[in-house]
Amino acid sequence: MLLLQCPHCLEGRSEEEFDYAGEAHIQRPAPGVTDAEWADYLYFRSNPQGRHREMWVHTAGCRRYFNVVRDTVSYDVLAVYPIGEREPLVGKPPP
Amino acid sequence: MTGQPRRLPGGGRVDRTSPISFTFDGRTYQGLRGDTLASALLANGVDVVARSFKFGRPRGVVGSGAEEPNAIVQVGTGTHALPNQRATQVELYDGLVGASSAAHGLRGLIDAVRRVLPAGFYYKMLMAPPILWRFWEQVLRRGAGLGTVPQGADPDRYDKLNRHSDVMVVGAGPAGLAAALVAARSGARVVIADEQDAFGGSLLSSAMHIDNRPAAEWVVDAVRELRTFEDVVMLPRSTVVGLYDHSFLTVLERCADHRPSTTGSRVRQRLHRVRAREVVLAAGAIERPLVFANNDLPGVMLASAVSCYVNRFGVAPGERLLLATNNDGGYQTALDWQRAGREVVAVADTRVDPSGELPRAVREAGIPVLAGHGVIEAVGHARVRAARVAPLDPAGVAVTGVARRIDCDLIACAGGWNPAVHLSSQLGTRPVWSDEAVGFVAGQRRGLHCAGAVTGAATVEACLAQGATAAASAAEAAGFATDEYEWPRTDEATQDAQQALFVIPHLRRTSRAPPQFVDLQLDVTAADIELAAREGYESVEHAKRYTALGFGTDQGKLGNVNGIAILARTLGREIGEVGTTMFRPAYTPATFGAIAGRDVGGLFDPERHTPMHAWHEARGAVWEDVGRWKRPRYYPQPGEDMDAAVVRECIAARTSVAMMDASTLGKIDVQGRDAARFLDRIYAGGFLRLGVGRCRYGVMLKDDGMIFDDGVTVRLDDERYLMHTTTGNAEAVLAWLELWRQTEWPDLDVHLTSVTDHWATAAVVGPKAREVLGRVCSDIDLGPVAFPFMAYREGHVAGVRARVLRISFSGELSFEVNVAAGQAVAVWEALMAAGSADGITPYGTETMHVLRAEKGFIIVGQDTDGSMTPHDMGLDWAVRHGKRHGFVGERSLALADYQRADRLQLVGLRTVEPATVIPEGAQIVADVDRMRSGRVPMRGFVTSSYFSATLKRSIALAMLKGGRGRLGETVHCPLDNGAVLAAEVVDPVFYDPDGERQNA
Repeated sequence: MLLLQCPHCLEGRSEEEFDYAGEAHIQRPAPGVTDAEWADYLYFRSNPQGRHREMWVHTAGCRRYFNVVRDTVSYDVLAVYPIGEREPLVGKPPP
Repeated sequence: MTGQPRRLPGGGRVDRTSPISFTFDGRTYQGLRGDTLASALLANGVDVVARSFKFGRPRGVVGSGAEEPNAIVQVGTGTHALPNQRATQVELYDGLVGASSAAHGLRGLIDAVRRVLPAGFYYKMLMAPPILWRFWEQVLRRGAGLGTVPQGADPDRYDKLNRHSDVMVVGAGPAGLAAALVAARSGARVVIADEQDAFGGSLLSSAMHIDNRPAAEWVVDAVRELRTFEDVVMLPRSTVVGLYDHSFLTVLERCADHRPSTTGSRVRQRLHRVRAREVVLAAGAIERPLVFANNDLPGVMLASAVSCYVNRFGVAPGERLLLATNNDGGYQTALDWQRAGREVVAVADTRVDPSGELPRAVREAGIPVLAGHGVIEAVGHARVRAARVAPLDPAGVAVTGVARRIDCDLIACAGGWNPAVHLSSQLGTRPVWSDEAVGFVAGQRRGLHCAGAVTGAATVEACLAQGATAAASAAEAAGFATDEYEWPRTDEATQDAQQALFVIPHLRRTSRAPPQFVDLQLDVTAADIELAAREGYESVEHAKRYTALGFGTDQGKLGNVNGIAILARTLGREIGEVGTTMFRPAYTPATFGAIAGRDVGGLFDPERHTPMHAWHEARGAVWEDVGRWKRPRYYPQPGEDMDAAVVRECIAARTSVAMMDASTLGKIDVQGRDAARFLDRIYAGGFLRLGVGRCRYGVMLKDDGMIFDDGVTVRLDDERYLMHTTTGNAEAVLAWLELWRQTEWPDLDVHLTSVTDHWATAAVVGPKAREVLGRVCSDIDLGPVAFPFMAYREGHVAGVRARVLRISFSGELSFEVNVAAGQAVAVWEALMAAGSADGITPYGTETMHVLRAEKGFIIVGQDTDGSMTPHDMGLDWAVRHGKRHGFVGERSLALADYQRADRLQLVGLRTVEPATVIPEGAQIVADVDRMRSGRVPMRGFVTSSYFSATLKRSIALAMLKGGRGRLGETVHCPLDNGAVLAAEVVDPVFYDPDGERQNA
C-alpha cells in the first residue's frame, strides 16, 4: 500500500485516503482539432514501464488533486507536486 | 507419561506436571502444555495424520513449523472451527478438538491408478468437456484437504490495529533478536514479530551455547532487555503474512487460538497493519527435504524437525533413526537423537568425503557413516520400516553399486536450507540463486534489510552478526545512529560445504521408480515435473501451473526448490537460469475474520438514513437500496402487494396530493464570483443567464460527450447556486466538479461544498399540493403567477425556514420543500397533517418511477449506461451550443460516429396487449419470423417498464436503433419463456405532453 505525501496536507498518508485520477499533464486540445486528435486526447494514455506522471486526489483529506511521479515497476514515488507546477527534475532513487 | 509412548523422560520446553487431554479425529489423547498438536500426536505415536490429495497415500508429520505440508487440520468445532491449520503451529490446550482436513482423501484414486493421473491431469482428464469440470471440482474439493467451511456466522471477535515503526523486524530468531536490540538501542521505534509462541526461533530447539551459556538463556536476556524499551512492541504468535509497497506489513496475531474457545470474551485474532520506515527481514530458512522413492512415507521427516521434537518437546518420533544428508549440519540431528537415548542406525551422506567437525563427532560417537551413499527408497506401508541405501557417483546423479536394506523407523532428511524469501518476493523482487548458499536468497530492495538464514547464513554466529549489521543500516536509514554491537560467540562447529544435490537417483529411471515426491501436499512427483518439461512446459511458471507444484496451502515451502532443480536438470539448465516462481500473500493462510476485523455488517457497508427514516419505518415502508441510502420503495397497506400499493400511490399523486422523501438527492452548494461561468462550462445547457430565484434542469456530460448525470440547479443568490445530482452519483459528481475546478479552470473563483446531509426534502405532489402547502406556509405567495413553475422561493413551512422549489419529477404540480435536516421530521409531519383532509399519501421510489416514466423523464443509470449522448436521449433542448467557453463533452458531440442515424435512441413502447408489462432488460428484435430460424440482429432493449394506473395500460421506455424514425412501427421482444411481446414504437412522453399539469 502506497504512502503518499500530500503536497497540501504536507504529511505522508496511506493510499486508502486517496484516489487515483489518471495520467497527469494531459493537454486538453482546443475544439478545433480533428476527430482523431480529439480521440487521442480522450482515450490514449502512455502506460509506461517506469517513470509515470499521474494525478491523485486526497479524497479522505483535503479533497485536492495533485501530481505524482511514480515508478510503475518499483512503485517508488519520485516526486509529488501541486497541479499547475512543472514536473520537478528528479532522478531515480538509489536501489 | 502413560499413553505417550514416544515422550522422552526428560527435556524440552514442556510442562510435565499436569498432562492435558485433546482429541484428534475422534480419539482422545494426552499431551503437555507447551506441545503443539503435532508434537503431542507424535508423542502418542500417531504416525498417519492425513491421506494424500491425489492418491490417498498415508502421510505423517514432516516438519515442525509453517512448512508442514501434511498435517493440515481443522481445530475446534461448530462455528468456532478454524480450518487449514498446520498441526505443527497449533498450540495444544486442554480440550482441543482437532481433525485431519484430509481424512477424506480421494479414496477411490489409490496408488494403483497413479499412472493415469499424470502431470496436468486436470487439463487432460477433467476439463473435457468443460461442463464436467463443475462435477469434478465438487469431488476434488471434498477430498482436497481444504477442510470444512464452518456453517453459520463466526461468533468470534477479530480486530485490526494500525502501528507505525521506524524499524520492523520480521522474525525473532538469533538474527531478528540481534537486529531488534541494535535498533532499539538506537532509539528507533521497533516492532518485532515472530510466528512462534516464544521468541528465539531455532534457538528454542537447539542444544547449543551462546557465550558459554545455553542459547535459551541468551534469548531470555535479549527479550528482557527489549522489554525495557518503551518504543519496542514485541508480538509473539504473530505471523507477518504480507509485505506490501512502501514498507507496509500485515501481521496476524493469534491472540486466543492457544486457549479453549473464549468466544465473546476476548479478541481471537488481531491483524496489525504496520507502516514501517525500514524492514529487517530475518525470516529464517526452511530445511529442504531430499527427494527419493517413497519419500512420503510416515517416518520420513526433516532433520531439523526431528531435532526440534527431541530438544524442544521431549518427543522422539521413532526408535531407530537413519540420517540422509548432503551437508554437515544434518549430523547435529544424529547427535541429538543419540543424546536422547535412541539409536542412530547410520548416516547416509551423499558426499564422498565428509570430514568436518560434526561428521567427525558422529563417527566418534560410534555411529556408522556411509560416505557417498544415498537413501534411494523408503520401505514400509503406513510407516517407514527400512531404507534402501546405495552408493552414488560423486556427482550424485547415478547409483553405482548394490542397494542394501537398512532397518529403521525414522529417516531424517537434511537437504540444505531454503531461505524464507516469501515476503521479499511478495513485493515483486525476484529471489536470486546463490551457489554458495545452495538456495534462492532474497533479491535486493530499498528499505528491506535481510539478515540471518534468509541470506543463506549457515551459523548462528553469522545470523547474530548479520542481524546487528542489518539493523544498523535500517536504523540509520530511518534517521537513528547506532552503536557498535559486540555479537556473542557460540560453540557451533564449523561446517564444510554441502553438496548441491536435490534428488537421490534410483536404480530405475524416474518414470519407472516408485514415486519420488516433490510436493507432498499436492502429490507432485519428480516424474510429473520431467513429464511437464518433456511436454514443453519449460518456463517455471508454466511447469508450476501444469503440475500444480506449489499450489497447495503451503505454497510449496518444502517442494518448490527441489521441483525447480528437477526442471533445470531435465532441461539441462542451471537452477538460477530457470528461476523461481513468485510467492504471494499470505505467507501462511490468514482467516477472513482477521482480514475483515470489525469491518463487517453495517461497519463494512454502512446504511444512510434520511431524517424521516423512522417515520417511514413506522408506516411499514418496504425499502429499496439506492447506493448506501435506504429509500422507501412503497408503503403497503394491509393486504396490499407492491402493484396494489403503487396503483394507490400513483392515483393519489395524479388526482389529489401525495408526498415523497427526496432527501437523498445529492446537493452541492456552489459559490463564488465565477460560479455561473463554472456551471455554464460543466453543464451542456446555458447557465449564465439563469436569474436569481430560478431553477434549470441541466445535463452533465463526460468529456466523451456521454451523459454522466442530470438534475436541477437553482440560483439562490448572485454568486450562489444549489446543484442537485442523482442519488447514487453525488460523490462522483463532486469529485468530477473538483477535477475541472482544480486542474482545468484554476482561474475560476468557485467553491464546492456537499450539503446532501444538511437539507432534507419533502416533495409535495399533486393537484392539491398548493392548497396543502398553503395551510402551513404563510410567507410565500404560492399562486401560479407569483410562484411559477421552475421558480424558487424562501420562506417558512410549519414555522421552519424553508427553501421551496417548484420543480417536478412527476409531471404534476409539485413543490419540493427543503429544510434543515434536524427539523425535517416536524415539517414532514406538519405537511402530512395539513394534507390529511385531502388524503395525502406518502409514496416511494416505485411510484416515483411510474410517474416519471409516464412523463418520459429518464433516470441516469437506468435509461442510460454511459454510452448515450443528449441527442440519443432526446435532450437536445438541454444542450446549448455556441457558448463562449463551450462545455465539457461538446467537442465529442461533433465526432462522426455520434452522428450515425442508427444509434440507439430513446423511444416509448406501447404493448399491443395493454395489460402485459414487458420485463425491463428485454431485447428488441425487428424480424420475429427470422428469429425462429436462427440469430437475428438486436435492435435495442427496454430500460424502464411499468403498468400505468393513470393510463390503465403498460408503458415502457426503450433504446431502439434509429428509434425516433420508427414511431408507429411494431417491434418484438422475445422473452426467455418463449413468448414474444409485440409493441408499438411511440413518443416517450405518455402523459400530459404539453406540461399543463406541472405548470398549473
